[in-house]
Amino acid sequence: MITSEALLARRKLVNLAMMGLCSAAAGLAILVLALILWHLVSRGLAALSPDIFLRTTPPPGSPGGLLNPILGSLAMSAAGIAVAAPLGLLSGTYLAEYGRYSRVAHVVRFINDILLSAPSIIVGLFVYSVMVVPTHHFSGWAGAAALALVAVPVIVRTTEDVLRMVPSTLREAAFALGVPYWRFIVNVAWRAAKSGIITGILLAVARISGETAPLLFTALNNQFLTTDMNAPTASLPVVIFQFAMSPYRDWQQLAWAGALIVSATVLLINVLARWLARQRA
Amino acid sequence: MAGEVRPNPPAEGRGGDFIPAAVLSVSEAIPVSPEAAHTGLAERSFALLCRSAAFAVAGLLLAVFAVLSVNAAPALHTFGFGFLTTEVWNPVTERFGAVAPICGTLITSAIAMLIGLPLAVGAALFLNEYCPHRLRAPVIVAIELLAAVPSIIYGMWGLLVLAPFLAAHFQPFMTAWVGPIPVIGALFRGPPFGIGILTAGLILGFMVLPFIASVSCQVLATVDPVLREAAYGVGATTWEVCRNVLLPFSRTGLLGAAMLGLGRALGETMAVTFVIGNSHRISASLFAPGTTISASLANEFTEAVGDTYLSSLQALGLVLFLITFIVLAAARLLMRHVERRAAQ
Repeated sequence: MITSEALLARRKLVNLAMMGLCSAAAGLAILVLALILWHLVSRGLAALSPDIFLRTTPPPGSPGGLLNPILGSLAMSAAGIAVAAPLGLLSGTYLAEYGRYSRVAHVVRFINDILLSAPSIIVGLFVYSVMVVPTHHFSGWAGAAALALVAVPVIVRTTEDVLRMVPSTLREAAFALGVPYWRFIVNVAWRAAKSGIITGILLAVARISGETAPLLFTALNNQFLTTDMNAPTASLPVVIFQFAMSPYRDWQQLAWAGALIVSATVLLINVLARWLARQRA
Repeated sequence: MAGEVRPNPPAEGRGGDFIPAAVLSVSEAIPVSPEAAHTGLAERSFALLCRSAAFAVAGLLLAVFAVLSVNAAPALHTFGFGFLTTEVWNPVTERFGAVAPICGTLITSAIAMLIGLPLAVGAALFLNEYCPHRLRAPVIVAIELLAAVPSIIYGMWGLLVLAPFLAAHFQPFMTAWVGPIPVIGALFRGPPFGIGILTAGLILGFMVLPFIASVSCQVLATVDPVLREAAYGVGATTWEVCRNVLLPFSRTGLLGAAMLGLGRALGETMAVTFVIGNSHRISASLFAPGTTISASLANEFTEAVGDTYLSSLQALGLVLFLITFIVLAAARLLMRHVERRAAQ
């Protein structure tokens, strides 16, 4: 027969054990992730030097830097966002305003949510077929298009979310003044949600600056510095991939430096976006 | 007049676009003035612009599916259903079958979930119930930031740090101690390369871990505090609250979070390609190199020669697209349930 004390003791024991397990899970998770960050920072810092930003990618065995992939990444991300931001903003606006209750918008929203986490290598395959095959060559523009396709769903989602938070009193005040709907959207809703929309765009920038898979079959890679977006273009993630997989020590060093630059950029943009989002609240 | 401006309830609403009643009544009230006509035109074109942008985004998914299907058609036509059931992958004789990459994708993702899911849910419960209050917010932010770290970093770490470690310590140990055990042993036998199916699964697990943990945290946070407090009030221990209140009430959401993580793991390219070894074979041992759909694409696509080879790779892409579509669609349907509750 189980006495109430024994039962209590057992419940306390189970509680202690499960608390221990959960804490251990959290501890283990944080330990592994800290280990990754530690290796990244220590090896990346060791390989970092001014040359990284001043010289182009070397053949194995000679000194060099990551100038061309850094510039390539910047150019392709900028071009990608330039396309993705207006497209994402307008579709997000449709979902939050015009299509708020329509069934079509439900479907669009659902599809967008799927695109949000769809495998990015598929995007690469798609852009390869529609841009690389017709032009017969890999190009920076194709890379930018692939990055744009990855960025759009992020911007659509955040834009819709922040526009939905625009208070209805603003809406009613605008309509009471006889403002047309589109003027309300442009001059009131977008303005009220400005920092949220910018946060979404920043998150999209952070997302695409670390993307590798969509660039493999679109921008390919380039050993030389080029400003011609019609030519194959180097990007940091693809160069990291190539150099880290190589058997050469000095290439692996450069890969660590590149990895540190990419991660630091992504994390900084994320922190900035968070800070901006908090400003609004 | 506020009531008039309120959005129409969805019951009334139907196919057409939502335009507030006030706007309609204004533009209908002043039919002939040129100004109103101008406004109407601007209004209509802006609405059209927004709508076309939204449809373009939705059309994207259809376009991707269509393009992949067209490109995959020659391979599927040549090999028929056999494409999905044969293991051979021979660019020289141009015979291709998708079993090895499909199995690789499923097995690595299964390992990833086996490792990532319990750790992530455990960590989320820890953060929600056990964690000291002061630690909570910074740890959640840290986990969310880690979820944003590009997957290539995980892959590179796996190749340059984890794989040598596994080859030197973990694999010889497992082969010596677990290897001789009959059935399970076969999984852990073989030369310690360091890279292979198991390493890829581990790296994927580490990658989806912060993602699932942060979504799970959000899901757990939607549980009504009154329920928790009531349970604590009748004397439940912390674990009993987790077990009997938190978990049952957030079951759907946690499943959704897991499916989202699974969707990521299935489609992930870079974290896997570094450490999988790219070998189109199915092996009993988890230590053996293998391949996944995305890794095959990343490794072979730019170097593939010949229409059949290219088309077979695109067919692999189509298979991946369909698998992830199903998983992600299920995840979104589950998460929608949670969002509705969070909105209340």
